[in-house]
Amino acid sequence: MVTPPVQQTSPTFVGMPAFPEAAQRELANTQQRQNLHRATHTIRAKRAAVVGEVADWEAIRVAGAAAKDEALHHLGDYLEQLEQSLTARGATVHWARDAAEANRIVVDVARAKGVDEVVKVKSMATQEIELNEALEAAGIHAWETDLAELIVQLFGDLPSHILVPAIHRNRTEIRDVFLREMGNVGRPAPADLTDEPARLAEAARLHLREKFLRARVAVSGANFAIADTGTLVVVESEGNGRMCLTLPETLISVVGIEKVLPTWDDLGPMLQLLPRSSTGERMNPYTTMWTGVHEGDGPQEVHVVLLDNGRSHVLADSVGRQALRCIRCSACLNVCPVYERTGGHAYGSVYPGPIGAVLNPQLRGTTSEVDASLPYASSLCGACFDACPVRINIPELLVELRGTVAEQGGHRAESAAMKAAAWVLSDPRRLAVAQRGATTAGKLIGKRTITRVPGLGAWTDARNVPTPPKETFRQWWARERDTSGGEAGPRGRADGIPKPGDGTDAGGEA
Amino acid sequence: MTAGQPRTDLRVALFATCFNDTMWPETPKAVVRLLERLGCRVEFPAEQTCCGQMMTNTGYAGEAVPLVRHFVDVFEGYDAVVAPSGSCVGSVRDQHPMIARLAGDPGLASEVEGVRPKVYELSEFLVDVLGVTDVGAWFPHRVTYHPTCHSLRMLRVGDRPLQLLRAVEGIDLVELPGAEECCGFGGTFAMKNSDVSVAMGTDKAAHVEETGAEVLVAGDNSCLAHIGGILGRQRTGIRTMHLAEILASTKEQPTW
Repeated sequence: MVTPPVQQTSPTFVGMPAFPEAAQRELANTQQRQNLHRATHTIRAKRAAVVGEVADWEAIRVAGAAAKDEALHHLGDYLEQLEQSLTARGATVHWARDAAEANRIVVDVARAKGVDEVVKVKSMATQEIELNEALEAAGIHAWETDLAELIVQLFGDLPSHILVPAIHRNRTEIRDVFLREMGNVGRPAPADLTDEPARLAEAARLHLREKFLRARVAVSGANFAIADTGTLVVVESEGNGRMCLTLPETLISVVGIEKVLPTWDDLGPMLQLLPRSSTGERMNPYTTMWTGVHEGDGPQEVHVVLLDNGRSHVLADSVGRQALRCIRCSACLNVCPVYERTGGHAYGSVYPGPIGAVLNPQLRGTTSEVDASLPYASSLCGACFDACPVRINIPELLVELRGTVAEQGGHRAESAAMKAAAWVLSDPRRLAVAQRGATTAGKLIGKRTITRVPGLGAWTDARNVPTPPKETFRQWWARERDTSGGEAGPRGRADGIPKPGDGTDAGGEA
Repeated sequence: MTAGQPRTDLRVALFATCFNDTMWPETPKAVVRLLERLGCRVEFPAEQTCCGQMMTNTGYAGEAVPLVRHFVDVFEGYDAVVAPSGSCVGSVRDQHPMIARLAGDPGLASEVEGVRPKVYELSEFLVDVLGVTDVGAWFPHRVTYHPTCHSLRMLRVGDRPLQLLRAVEGIDLVELPGAEECCGFGGTFAMKNSDVSVAMGTDKAAHVEETGAEVLVAGDNSCLAHIGGILGRQRTGIRTMHLAEILASTKEQPTW
């Protein structure tokens, strides 16, 4: 079988440093650390509350995962069915193998309409293919209308979160950028703007309104694409998406091929899972569904661009394909202790956090520095798997991807160390010999605190090292107990437990 | 709940784990003392080595195959295998079947399935198998408990360790804020992503300090080495101890 091609890294992220290096830079950003801490903890608590109140949450998760798996296991069939349903309802379906093809299709449709601007619904697929940049190069302005995407765009920034892309900014920074930038791209912000949320929302509302009313072409993604009815679905909070999806004459939707669901009924679990997992709401304020073209109502020209861009490559891996279940809810980001501290930019992709750490190396391969480092950007704490509404076993995928990275070589010293460790640990006699190193050190060091070890700076820069004991457990057992084992009486012969101050305490110098 | 009938009928093996055996011998010694006090016959099969988690989690699952094979060979004859580590038991339960599959060895896979259900983390063995929460321990200190990620989210030990700690005589057990958040150890993560690891560990250490505890207790010495390394570097004066060492402590033989 020919393996489908991987996604080309988009220009913005080419040459990104490995995660540890980028993370070190992000960790030093104290304002971002505070913003992220506050935001992730707030949304974590909201999600936990609304998930906790659903008695059959686990059953809904299972149903959601099953619907996605059914679609993925027969993806070709459902995509063809989706195309037929859409075409029958008057939509035009385009197929895009990669970002370049998708961008070309969207630019061509916009050009054919003779416009120099489009309004955009928040969409990860168009972020992934860097559509805004492609439109800009063709002389077409792409106006982001989601509040947070607008903020990111005004900053000339990169998104750092899937759901709340401006999570790294606080409201004072937002007021400043509104005052500074809005006037350059449309209606300026009121001069007396404060950082009150209601005032900021009002400024954005007035700024965007003229764009909604003027635009003739809108671009969106879709949260779900229903194969049996040809319905596309966008789930949102603000209503800006609804404006884009209903006002302009032409609507172009860029939809990843993994967004397909077999039947209308499959929306049931999805619409329960998504809002509770993403915004921590029982139900999101706006759910827009459209099925092709309706005469005299809404866009009269509907285009759907079905985007592969590496997804077939992920699908070819029997373990890895579960990552394609992702519904972009961000629950894994919000509970991730690593993401909470580094933010999204360190992941070198529009998909950050735990899902980014498994999705990017699969979509793009593991040849770049950042993609080869992402599978290790996790302590494997498992909080992401617990929070995932479609049960993507992210820790399992991370471990598998580490295997892929290890196999391609490059970590020669580590590979040699692991082989040596395995050789030592597969035989108790070899282990006992190796342990003598530790106990010899323990005898030499005594009760002193170890603060530096040559070559172990990564540990000792901020952490003391546990002092090795003078005697291993197995030495103690051999000395104290009959080596035939199991002959010890049922009562207290474990008299090797140290009394305070007898010097065998390995507990370190706290 | 106090100790029921002594389970002298069980052939109990101690899986000390390579890390505890080498670096933290007081922990497996405490397990021996505790289990014998509760009436168990404990054996230490001296052939034991390691569960292979480090290789698996670093991307060298192939290197873990002989270790898994060795593990089942050593432990398959016992009724119960008890280990003072949520992480190593998690590896046996969650990863050994995957490694056997990877090895393409159906014989090994079925041996793994035979041994796996008999391997218990210490608090599971005490509460579920022995049916005891009051183990007759005495530990007159202010203590806070950190539930390690693998015991919490792989093994789902729940509040078993807390049930055991609450029953300890003289203990002043205080709740740890943000207890369920990872401390940032994560095996080789602590080295490969040391900056993030330390950032996480520093927050954990700050929460530990907030409690005013003298002792931080957990079911994994690996996580404790990391948090304790930070607590020590910051001169907090807070010590770390494994759950087994607190449960083994008595007035006659205090562990601290």
